[in-house]
Amino acid sequence: MPGDINALEGAPRLRAGAAPWRGGLGWLALFALLAALPLLLGEQGQRFYIELLSKVMIMAIFALSLQLLIGYAGLVSLGHAAYFAVAAYATAMLAPQAGPGNGWLLLLGALAAAAALALVVGALVLRTRGVYFIMVTLAFAQMVFFVFHDTRIAGGSDGTYIYFRPEFDLLGARPFDVNDVAHFYWLVLGALVLTVAGLALVLRSRFGHALVGIRHNEQRMRAAGYATYRYQLGAFVVAGTFAGLAGYLYAIQYGFVNPEIASWHQSGNAMLMVILGGAGSLAGAVLGAFSFVLLAEWFSTLTRHWQLLMGGFIIVAVALLPHGLVSLARVLALPRARRGQGESR
Amino acid sequence: MNAPVLSARRLTRRFGGLTAVGEVDIDLALHEIHAVIGTNGAGKSTLINMLSGELPPSAGSLQLQGRDVTGWAQPRLARAGIGRSYQRNNIFLPLTVRENCRLAAQSRAQRAWRLWEGAQRCRTSRALGDEALECAGLAACADTVATALSHGQKRQLEVAMCLATQPTVLLLDEPLAGMGAEESARMLALLRSLRDGHAVLLVEHDMEAVFSVADRITVMVNGTVIASGDPASIRLNREVRQAYLGEEDAEEGTEGDAEEGGHGSAGGSHEGGPRRGAGREQAA
Amino acid sequence: MDIVSFFIQCLNSIQYGLLLFLVASGLTLIFGIMGVINLAHGSFYMLGAYLAFTLAGLTGSLLTAIPLGIVLAVAFGYVLEWAFFSYLYQREHLQQVLMTYGLILVFEEMRSILVGDDVHGVTVPPFLDWALPIGNEMTYPVYRLFISAVCLLVAAAMYVVIRRTRLGMMIRAGATNREMVQSLGINVTVLYRFVFALGVALAVLAGMIAAPVSSVYPGMGGQVLIVCFVVVVIGGIGSVKGALVASLLLGFVDTFGKVFWQEASGVLVYLLMALILLWKPQGLFKAG
Repeated sequence: MPGDINALEGAPRLRAGAAPWRGGLGWLALFALLAALPLLLGEQGQRFYIELLSKVMIMAIFALSLQLLIGYAGLVSLGHAAYFAVAAYATAMLAPQAGPGNGWLLLLGALAAAAALALVVGALVLRTRGVYFIMVTLAFAQMVFFVFHDTRIAGGSDGTYIYFRPEFDLLGARPFDVNDVAHFYWLVLGALVLTVAGLALVLRSRFGHALVGIRHNEQRMRAAGYATYRYQLGAFVVAGTFAGLAGYLYAIQYGFVNPEIASWHQSGNAMLMVILGGAGSLAGAVLGAFSFVLLAEWFSTLTRHWQLLMGGFIIVAVALLPHGLVSLARVLALPRARRGQGESR
Repeated sequence: MNAPVLSARRLTRRFGGLTAVGEVDIDLALHEIHAVIGTNGAGKSTLINMLSGELPPSAGSLQLQGRDVTGWAQPRLARAGIGRSYQRNNIFLPLTVRENCRLAAQSRAQRAWRLWEGAQRCRTSRALGDEALECAGLAACADTVATALSHGQKRQLEVAMCLATQPTVLLLDEPLAGMGAEESARMLALLRSLRDGHAVLLVEHDMEAVFSVADRITVMVNGTVIASGDPASIRLNREVRQAYLGEEDAEEGTEGDAEEGGHGSAGGSHEGGPRRGAGREQAA
Repeated sequence: MDIVSFFIQCLNSIQYGLLLFLVASGLTLIFGIMGVINLAHGSFYMLGAYLAFTLAGLTGSLLTAIPLGIVLAVAFGYVLEWAFFSYLYQREHLQQVLMTYGLILVFEEMRSILVGDDVHGVTVPPFLDWALPIGNEMTYPVYRLFISAVCLLVAAAMYVVIRRTRLGMMIRAGATNREMVQSLGINVTVLYRFVFALGVALAVLAGMIAAPVSSVYPGMGGQVLIVCFVVVVIGGIGSVKGALVASLLLGFVDTFGKVFWQEASGVLVYLLMALILLWKPQGLFKAG
């Protein structure tokens, strides 16, 4: 059936023995390059580019979390910004006003908030399918938006500030200070590495395989004895938690949160990053995040009406490259015959 | 007859004003193939959906090995030992045959929370999966991706996946659907081999296949059971012959010769056609 | 709350609900029949509002602007379907979501370029600009009654067309079984184009008549879109009757919610949706 939400092409192929470690060297190279950048850039361009890259990596974490849902679980969530926002707000609200807070505890609080929300929302939205699911996830994110916007919980539409960046003391020592741009950058990089590794692990596990099986054919999975709702809920919570990680880092970087981070534009951007890069691969999410943020930055230097360019670009990109930029890379780099890139209908 | 493994009593399913299945009793015993036949719209699909847990019954009860499992959802019934194959292929097309079976078998060792263990390392699922695909005769094409299989092989895979979770009860929904002569023969041999150790329910349109393989036959018309017993007595049963062979033949009433006459049956349209037609011509 | 205030709030609820119905019915039809999820639908509402502003400015009267705007809307819808949306039918929902999201950005920026980002008002046509006395002390703006009347008229017309004409039959059939409609030899291309243009026109009309009451501002499209999504989810995709029931329900919940619990009013609508989903995950009514 055309437009079938469950017929996502470019789906990840699980072959015996295969794991998303393929291209593991590629990841290592990327992380090494990213780690070395602050040292390479030197004093000159440091602040601006390092901060920009930190922003990009935070978005990459956000996109990766959504990739688990869209690309692997086949759940098209248009409300993922809610978990990002809840974690960011939790960070801001839990941060003490008088002095720097404990970064580790704030992290815990942020992740717990995101996970809890994902659990509650997931339990409800997973009762629906297809287009209903898309709309319902969007609507719940709007609910979160309005809670922050209309109520006085955290400054309403004006938002809330974090006056002091948190400290990350460990056993009396201070391994790094996030007030230093480079240190924060490395913290974000570490989080990104953890996210990629964590998700790769999840996908390699029995849970991950079952999740993809459910996406390919839920009926068969149920016939085999899988309680599919629970798996999907698990994925929803894991995805929400990683989105929370991104939200937490965002809050620290900017020191300011406002309801806009829960807006559907934010959710739409996340989805765009995933599709632009390519649904169904972790590399796609990272590639999509990098491309999108850097493109947006570039467009905004060209004209005040950069959204026009962005809108046009989105339309063209999705129309021409439905499987994302990653598919371009595949076509160019891998001439060997692909085994059974068949329908998943 | 041994004690039934799966037992349904007065199983009923209504859709609004329509009673698709009305007060059906059916027993599945170990080492036995119990076929359910009937005209289109007889309620066979609804029945099998209720037995597998995909549809909750409107009334009636279901017992599995003495336990009351009425209203249990499909995953729960599947874990309790009920396996199902579908009329239309319900396999994972992008995966290899081996991975198809392994993934189905993994249901026996889900341990979803053990995220650090790779799925491919799960020995239980690999062993059970391989066993199932060998049982179904797919050892030769274990590493072929499912989209590349022939229709007959896909149907075999369909059965293999049903077997992968080592169920006690097998609910097979038209496994011969769309098969040619040679593939059907292979599938029939497979079905016969499944008798041992399983209680098999077979829904089929192919009469010759049914009569050659079934130990018991239940005949449904319009949602109710009109006859149930061993193949010989079903063959002679007046009501059955009326429903299938048309009034004329029933009145001619020659005993022990159900295949003669060769009229088109009153049973409506025929899917899985080729086998049936061939069967009738041979008998004439 | 005395009876008069209650009555007034009921009128407000009905007016808001009916306006919502106008927009949501287009969305649910387009989705139900063509299987396209269109995020840009809210932009049509915004288009209506800005059309009201510019055309009323040109012609001097909102009432002459309305028919003009509708004609333009139908033409625009026709062209948009031909140039853009007809390519979306075969695509996955995910791609439809993103491409229509891109369309929103394009529309918003075009609006920004052509008309600017200011908030505008549209004056109520003079002969409708009075108030009906209700009870002893309160009055109710006649223009709001006019809005409700127009919406009811349109709803009635839709009912007649959908239930009693051949075209309506095709629409209902298309909502439940696309392939069948095609195989019956009905020119699906033209049918789709018409339905799409109808959807656009409905949203534009809603935007136009609502303009004097809700003012004209950037971002109005996004707000209405999401509420419409809630309507469609609650009412059931493809069901116009469902859209009507859900719109009115939402109208009451939102209006009375604002009266009694100002802070939470934005959230109430989504809470309602959550509750209904728990009860009926496919919405209240079936398609058609």
